Amino acid sequence: MVERRPFATFLAHVVLILGIVVVAFPIWVTFVASTHHAKDIMTAPIPLWPGTQFFENYRKLLFEGMINPTAGGVPMWRMMTNSFIMAMIIALGKIFVSFIAAFAIVYFRFPFRMAVFWIIFMTLMLPVEVRIVPTFKVVADLGLLNSYAGLTIPLIASATATFLFRQFFLTVPDELAEAARIDGAGPVKFMKDILLPLSRTNLAALFVIMFTFGWNQYLWPLLMTTDRQYLTVVMGIQRMINVADTDPQWPLVMAAVILAMLPPVAVVLLMQRWFIKGLVDTEK
Amino acid sequence: MASVALENVSKVYPGGVEAIKGLSLSIANGSFTVLLGPSGCGKSTLLRMIAGLETITDGTCKIGDRVVNDVEPADRDIAMVFQNYALYPHMSVYDNMAYGLRNRKTPKPEIERRVREAAKMLAIEDYLDRRPRALSGGQRQRVAMGRAIVREPQAFLFDEPLSNLDAKLRLQMRIEIRRLHNRLKATSIFVTHDQVEAMTLADVVVVMNHGRIEQVGKPTDVYNRPATRFVATFIGSPAMNLIPGRVIGRGKVEIPGSGTLEFDPDEFEVADGTSVEVGIRPEDMSVAAPGESNGFAIQPEFVEELGPNRLVHGLAGGAPLVLSVSSSTRDLGNGAVALHVPEHRVHVFDTTTGRALRRG
Ligand SMILES: Nc1ncnc2c1ncn2[C@@H]1O[C@H](COP(=O)(O)OP(=O)(O)OP(=O)(O)O)[C@@H](O)[C@H]1O
Ligand SMILES: [Mg+2]
Repeated sequence: MVERRPFATFLAHVVLILGIVVVAFPIWVTFVASTHHAKDIMTAPIPLWPGTQFFENYRKLLFEGMINPTAGGVPMWRMMTNSFIMAMIIALGKIFVSFIAAFAIVYFRFPFRMAVFWIIFMTLMLPVEVRIVPTFKVVADLGLLNSYAGLTIPLIASATATFLFRQFFLTVPDELAEAARIDGAGPVKFMKDILLPLSRTNLAALFVIMFTFGWNQYLWPLLMTTDRQYLTVVMGIQRMINVADTDPQWPLVMAAVILAMLPPVAVVLLMQRWFIKGLVDTEK
Repeated sequence: MASVALENVSKVYPGGVEAIKGLSLSIANGSFTVLLGPSGCGKSTLLRMIAGLETITDGTCKIGDRVVNDVEPADRDIAMVFQNYALYPHMSVYDNMAYGLRNRKTPKPEIERRVREAAKMLAIEDYLDRRPRALSGGQRQRVAMGRAIVREPQAFLFDEPLSNLDAKLRLQMRIEIRRLHNRLKATSIFVTHDQVEAMTLADVVVVMNHGRIEQVGKPTDVYNRPATRFVATFIGSPAMNLIPGRVIGRGKVEIPGSGTLEFDPDEFEVADGTSVEVGIRPEDMSVAAPGESNGFAIQPEFVEELGPNRLVHGLAGGAPLVLSVSSSTRDLGNGAVALHVPEHRVHVFDTTTGRALRRG
């Protein structure tokens, strides 16, 4: 900061520290809980320091899964793989489809171009939750229930990303496209050699958002899959808690929560380098 | 290298704006042609039609012997330098220059040779690894020209390439562009609205207005023998004075309330009694010495000092008149002053059509 006012600095730190405590404390408690015996965390006072069961709990969760009727012993690694595949396909698929769609809308003159754009734009108002019944019917009729295709395709068509790419393309000077045209780059080459590298900050940002979006999907996978093969992390956690007659195995649930958090965090950290590089490098 | 010929071309933009109205122009092989005109007159449109970036609504455009109306820009074998340079921001200077050649499958050593050579010519050898962002405006301008030069095209097209530079750099780049042209001898078409740029760079100046050509000629021609009132007032600063008058005999025109002027009757042909507009450049008039008669009187109103010369604003027969005299001229005082104009510096224009009433 350029300004140096001791009180303001102090206040800023207080606010930041408070924020961190509010966000981080529950995560800490979750982590601590995941390293104890079930009975230890059910008795007051709840422990605030990690216990001895870290390896045992995580091993059990990752490779054996929870033995209860609904979670049905699907190991955590399986669920994480499912979630990861789903989130990756959704994120990459969305980016690919929207990039191409925005490219067409901005750089080609075809009949009803604006109409197409507005139709795409209007679907912004129709997220999966709103159109869930017809979408389910379509997917079911196509025989895509219990498959990765069924899990991901209905979530891929994305107006948000198309819209964002369009706005970005509009800020790229026309002369750049014209210079490329004179330089003998056809549309595909222009897209690949010029537009794509210029968009990398946007790509990274969208990838983070879309990956998290895909990873956190709950309702759609819940409807779509009956086969335990396709259990995702978010669904899995819900099922772990849903037990009849006994207490849930809280340490394992907490461990699952901690594990569920890791991939999105990793994606953010990885992509962060790109953002910063992009922000420093970008110039139109 | 090739000539460029436009026959009756017109351009109507979607939405109905008629930017170019049936225009014909032929540009000689190896010449430096400048398209000059006020903002919005269609210079860029015309250039972009030659480049292939705008479709041609009507007429034909030929580069060399080939009609290129339906040829893609890349296949027209032209290179263009844009006003905002349009360098690829994520590529190094070297890659910016090499990109067009790579797309044309030019062999690598050949690309290397051409890029190095152009970079040397433009004194940008030291920046080949840099991104455009890390260059000054003048350096970017050079890179943009380098990108055109390496292509060794049939024609160079420039759309106001100097207007983003500061005054000093513009002057320097202007000289460099001219030097490059003398060296490469490539057909060049250069768009500008700056008449000084046009006068200094051009072999041929094409003065445009409202999507039409007003005059095509050597820089000295458009200055000394303007074909229309528009050209007369557009070229030269301060603008040529236009004074209404009436022809009263061979080579004689009366300025009502101010005097009689003589013009060259071998140059202009006007019937007696015709109402005309007389054009005189501010710098062609001088305070009459005793015995000099060809002139009229100015009633001075105020004076602008420009350093080397002085502009006297006043009235002549009710019409505003600007006179440019050297700073060493004595103060004109407040009364009417008799002026002298050499007869061959007097231009005569038709009042209604605005055309110069030249013979032949
Ligand atoms: N894409 C377009 N759609 C509609 N009209 C256009 C378009 N481009 C230019 N025009 C119009 O065509 C006319 C000529 O424009 P052009 O850009 O050729 O002018 P110019 O001589 O290059 O002017 P300047 O010196 O300001 O660059 C103008 O009236 C302009 O409004
Ligand atoms: Mg222009």
